[in-house]
Amino acid sequence: MDIDRIDQIIDKHQVAASSLIQILLDIQSENHWLPREALERVGERLEVPSSRIQHIATFYKAFSLVPKGRHEIHICVGTACHVRGATRILDTVEEAIGIKSGETDLDLKFSLETVNCLGCCALGPVLEVDGKVHGKMSPVKTADVLKNYGTKN
Amino acid sequence: MARLNSPEALENFRQEILSKRDPKKPCISICAGAGCIASGADEVIAAFSAEIEKEGLQAQVDTKGTGCPGFCERGPVVVIYPEEICYLQVTPEDVPEIISQTIKEKKVVDRLLYEDPVTGERAIHESDITFYKNQQRTVLCNNIKIDSKNIDDYLALDGYSALAKALSKMTAVDVLEEVKKSNLRGRGGAGFPAGRKWEGSRNAPEPIKYVIVNADEGDPGAFMDRALLEGNPHSILEGLIIGGYAIGSNEGYIYVRQEYPLAVKNINLAIKQAEAYGLLGENILGSGYDFNVFVHQGAGAFVCGESTALMTALEGRVGEPRPKYVRSNVKGLWERPSVLNNVETWANVPLIINNGADWFTEIGTESSKGTKIFSLVGKITNTGLVEVPMGITLRDIIYKIGGGIPDGKKFKAVQTGGPSGGCIPEEQLDLEVGFDELTKAGSMMGSGGMIVMDEDTCMVDVARYFINFLTDESCGKCVPCREGLRQMHRILTNITEGKGEEGDIELLEVLSETAVEASLCALGKSAPNPFLSTLRYFRDEYEAHIKEKRCPALSCKELIAFYIDPGKCLACGICYKKCPAKAIDGGKKKIHIIDQEKCTNCGTCFEVCPPRFGAVAKISGKPVPPPIPEEKRIIIRKSKNNE
Repeated sequence: MDIDRIDQIIDKHQVAASSLIQILLDIQSENHWLPREALERVGERLEVPSSRIQHIATFYKAFSLVPKGRHEIHICVGTACHVRGATRILDTVEEAIGIKSGETDLDLKFSLETVNCLGCCALGPVLEVDGKVHGKMSPVKTADVLKNYGTKN
Repeated sequence: MARLNSPEALENFRQEILSKRDPKKPCISICAGAGCIASGADEVIAAFSAEIEKEGLQAQVDTKGTGCPGFCERGPVVVIYPEEICYLQVTPEDVPEIISQTIKEKKVVDRLLYEDPVTGERAIHESDITFYKNQQRTVLCNNIKIDSKNIDDYLALDGYSALAKALSKMTAVDVLEEVKKSNLRGRGGAGFPAGRKWEGSRNAPEPIKYVIVNADEGDPGAFMDRALLEGNPHSILEGLIIGGYAIGSNEGYIYVRQEYPLAVKNINLAIKQAEAYGLLGENILGSGYDFNVFVHQGAGAFVCGESTALMTALEGRVGEPRPKYVRSNVKGLWERPSVLNNVETWANVPLIINNGADWFTEIGTESSKGTKIFSLVGKITNTGLVEVPMGITLRDIIYKIGGGIPDGKKFKAVQTGGPSGGCIPEEQLDLEVGFDELTKAGSMMGSGGMIVMDEDTCMVDVARYFINFLTDESCGKCVPCREGLRQMHRILTNITEGKGEEGDIELLEVLSETAVEASLCALGKSAPNPFLSTLRYFRDEYEAHIKEKRCPALSCKELIAFYIDPGKCLACGICYKKCPAKAIDGGKKKIHIIDQEKCTNCGTCFEVCPPRFGAVAKISGKPVPPPIPEEKRIIIRKSKNNE
């Protein structure tokens, strides 16, 4: 991510240290992860020590310090989805793409995350791929959805 | 649009909006809430626009994407005004028929109506549907009538009239007294009386004060706040401004979790529109009162729903709670008096100001007034948002509104209060819903998640699930929460995997006690609740796991096995084809068997075996019968010639 764009984001938030989280969120949403250079630049401009930035970047779930895959898969493991069998959906996805929750594959094709609630409890269990929600999943339907994104089985 | 600089200007403007609207003109409201969008509402909206254009009806029909009316189970929901015809599970293919029949011919399309599962009767109007009939909707009712991106829709329904009333006819103290009199209690979890909280801030000496909306709805299985933020953002904004006026604050914050992108978008838009109309900013409605609102997105941390952690996060730091020797309404955000209330609490404020505290206290029980929105989810027929008067019984919510448990299963428990709440069993279903009543039963009101569990849900696994969630979300500041929960999770996982030992329950109890006694914030203090309440009501399940290595609900993966009943298998081959582990051996006219070594217990065979055979069984606590001998596996069907 180039420095000019990062500066633009920082300026949008009036170079205020209290907006640190909002600035990091903007960078995360545009770049899908927080590269070291970006964090250094933010620290420099806001005059905030790296330790505090690292603390924030590792504390909040929205931030990633490693690159993400082209397809981001989120599996809702909220209570409503859990009682309707979300664990089996997670198992199916892990099996199909060969990575565990929280990981990205070596080809940077998929990233897999579990999320606590997407607010679509009526449709649980829910699987979200690149922002599109697929509801009322079963292991069989999950495998069908994933085929559209080029998994083998 | 010029700024409205007096309550009269607002009233005139409202009349102007209403005069331009023909109440008889058909209006198609399509729910554009997150649930319906996931079911394809966007495509339905597009289909309506295309069909209306094709038929040249643009001038005769209005369409709008609205907020969530709550019946997510049957989405996308479409309501056609003025007749209020309610169509459910509408697909783009249904659109031409709706336009030609309902809009042009004024006929109802029967097949899209709600059909009562018991009587088979079809309900034309939303209010005739059993799911809605037993609710009392004062906060949620406008969601389906409002295009949440259009402030005029809110104004047309008397929006901002409470603000005008407060600013022009009431002093700040009057407003405060009215809220105190209403006994409105916080809808976010603890149920602290809002008026008393406000009073504390108002009387604090520091001149700069803040009002904050807690929209960090982190409880899994709860989405009431999301529906309000997305569907009726102005109602929250109006409540917040009134609250600011009452305590003497000029600055408000809305802390929304970033997992709700549509809510963030709608609330930002609402702020811009309110500013343009002079309902926010300097000299609101010419009253001399200034108020500004800022939106802060949460970055994904459950603990930030806790008031002091949220304020720390607002300051741009890591959201860790702090001790409450001095309450945050006296020393909160940036060490200044800060009133923090939940989304639903704020949305109730304009109603109280408009209708009066007496109207509000008529609804509810002695100690809990008004209505409460619950998200009724899990193993329940009618999933969705329900708004009910306090004091209604859990049984009425689950059976009258929710329609009971699907697939003829047996009810086991209902979990309320989010991860820190507890499970309430069958025998307590006649409990009246209220803050104190639920706490007495070992659970709590929480923000309003209500997760129904049936006989297939393992209560030990539920406790493990919540403790796992809280272990993950513990900020790490206090040792009993950070380390204690981790140990509790380890023990509970062992129990669900069949590695439980005698003494585990007692150890869990000791750890629970320590976390309750020695944690700083509500997260740690209430974290053992899911374990304690399931132990209280379902001790037998814990004991079956530990002593017999058996999961009574047939749910814990490590304690069950799948087995094909040779007497029932007719070799249809479906399980054989679908098994992801290739653990099933089968063939034409050959009884299928599962290789227990290869089986991963995913349950696919159980799910795909046609119900008319029902040949796949779950077994727990006893050994799997050995596979039948090879020679007996051939199925000999009587052919017609032999008969």
